[in-house]
Amino acid sequence: MAKQATRDAYGKALVALGAENENIVVLDADLSKSTKTAEFAKHYPERFFNMGIAEANLMGTAAGLAAAGKIPFASTFAIFATGRAFEQVRNSIAYPKLNVKIAATHAGITVGEDGASHQAVEDIALMRAVPNMTVLVPADGEETRQAVFAAAQYEGPVYIRMGRLDVPCLFDQNYKFTIGKANVLREGSDCVIFANGVMVSTALEAAQELEEEGLKVAVVNVASVKPLDEETIVAYAQKTGAVVTAEEHNIIGGLGSAVAEVLGEKAPTPLVRVGLKDTFGESGRPMELLEKYGLSKKDVKEAVKAVIARK
Amino acid sequence: MSVLELKRRANQIRQDIITMLVPAKSGHPGGSLSAADILAVLYFHEMRVKPEDPHWPERDRFVLAKGHAAPVLYATLAQKGFFPREELLGLRQTGRILQGHPDMKKVPGVDMSTGSLGQGLSAANGMALAGRLDKKDFRVYVLLGDGEMAEGQVWEAAMAAAHYKLDNLTAILDYNGLQIDGPTEEVMSSEPLKDKWLAFGWHVLEVDGHNIEELLKAFAQAKEIKGKPTLILAKTVKGKGVSFMENQVGWHGSAPNAEQAEQALKELREEAANLG
Repeated sequence: MAKQATRDAYGKALVALGAENENIVVLDADLSKSTKTAEFAKHYPERFFNMGIAEANLMGTAAGLAAAGKIPFASTFAIFATGRAFEQVRNSIAYPKLNVKIAATHAGITVGEDGASHQAVEDIALMRAVPNMTVLVPADGEETRQAVFAAAQYEGPVYIRMGRLDVPCLFDQNYKFTIGKANVLREGSDCVIFANGVMVSTALEAAQELEEEGLKVAVVNVASVKPLDEETIVAYAQKTGAVVTAEEHNIIGGLGSAVAEVLGEKAPTPLVRVGLKDTFGESGRPMELLEKYGLSKKDVKEAVKAVIARK
Repeated sequence: MSVLELKRRANQIRQDIITMLVPAKSGHPGGSLSAADILAVLYFHEMRVKPEDPHWPERDRFVLAKGHAAPVLYATLAQKGFFPREELLGLRQTGRILQGHPDMKKVPGVDMSTGSLGQGLSAANGMALAGRLDKKDFRVYVLLGDGEMAEGQVWEAAMAAAHYKLDNLTAILDYNGLQIDGPTEEVMSSEPLKDKWLAFGWHVLEVDGHNIEELLKAFAQAKEIKGKPTLILAKTVKGKGVSFMENQVGWHGSAPNAEQAEQALKELREEAANLG
């Protein structure tokens, strides 16, 4: 299967977006080669602003550009976009509902060798809790491309979470990403896995193997964490009676929490959350880290079996 | 508008600040009064704005980085005609538009939501970059506080404004020397401020922030400086215009009661009468 990092797809999507909309501007904080905004900078140097290693000012400047009618994409690593600049995002962007797209790369432990200081495991929780913020976690290159275009179309702040690692290309142009909609990738009646980001391909593989063991497991891609497609989540929870969530994020505050909140209120269902168990990551090879921290295919399969046993 | 008329405007702004703070029962008179002359000159002489069209794309922009001085901005905008002056009496009250700190989504004429110190200059930079990109000739003005100089983001933004040669940007530093916990130099030394801004690549002008003629001259000069942003270091008196509030740190963040307000308004009306 072909592979592409979501950050690579972001870089290419930005160039295409810049060609069709001259109000698109891009800001980066000395990471343009890593976030892939360097492509945009090469094509549209007058619309690219390197702010240096100054993430607070990066977000504040993006807010000002948006206040004057531009559509800024502000990029840096997820840890700095949501951590270092949290309060700028909150007060200068989200509170006045300015049209800034916070496009963050290098999220999660698949950052790998750089280690825990650079691996955001709480960014979704932070962004999800901010009023007015939309939170998107695309699973592959095509979904990233569509999410970037959808974010540009949408009027208001958006957080797009992307990764460093090459991930399997799951979708083609027939796939349709929509803000606020989950996508059912695989039907099943014994259990449903709600996944996003790098965990979508893992969930699909796990479901495939479980079928060989006689279990019918649905897989739903929840790329739009906020707004959340509550209707689909409730429907599949009720249909299967057993829910697993899978995300490359702390199990506190991310997709697992979002699904638990909805189900707790609307359709209580046995649930197991796959994710980082309230721990930081460490340096290492991405695939080894996914295994060590409980985010492997094996972990998803075990979670499915455990939750089915609770039916 | 003549210098005398601008002085009258500043005096009326000060009276409105006092008046609106009484029913609010909280708010920041000191740093609002210190900036009244600056705001009067900006909105009644310097800036191109259309109160009937607050989102006019060609307008000059103003960012109140020291957002706690919201009363001085509200009083000025109301006088300019952006919203009815009666609205001033709804300051800080539930369901009304005048929030404790400026909200661009609620108040006509407010160009940027502020209140968290250190963030205003970055937003002003963004507006100035957008103006240049669109080849528009609007200017961007931003009013900073001297206590705010302790915020690191101010210096990130100062560096960036010079890097991007934002000569369509004028920053004014309301240099009143006091902040919540005491004199600014005791809380956190920020001197030498002029040298710091010069070192960050700005053109710096020093004025008496209560002298209308000096302010007019400085704003005119700032427009002529090309290739770099200008900072107007405006020496001010916190609480200016009300004898018992002047240079008193206690009036940073507490509102006058009715009796104190009456005394303050009496002094300000006397000042107005003396202006002729």
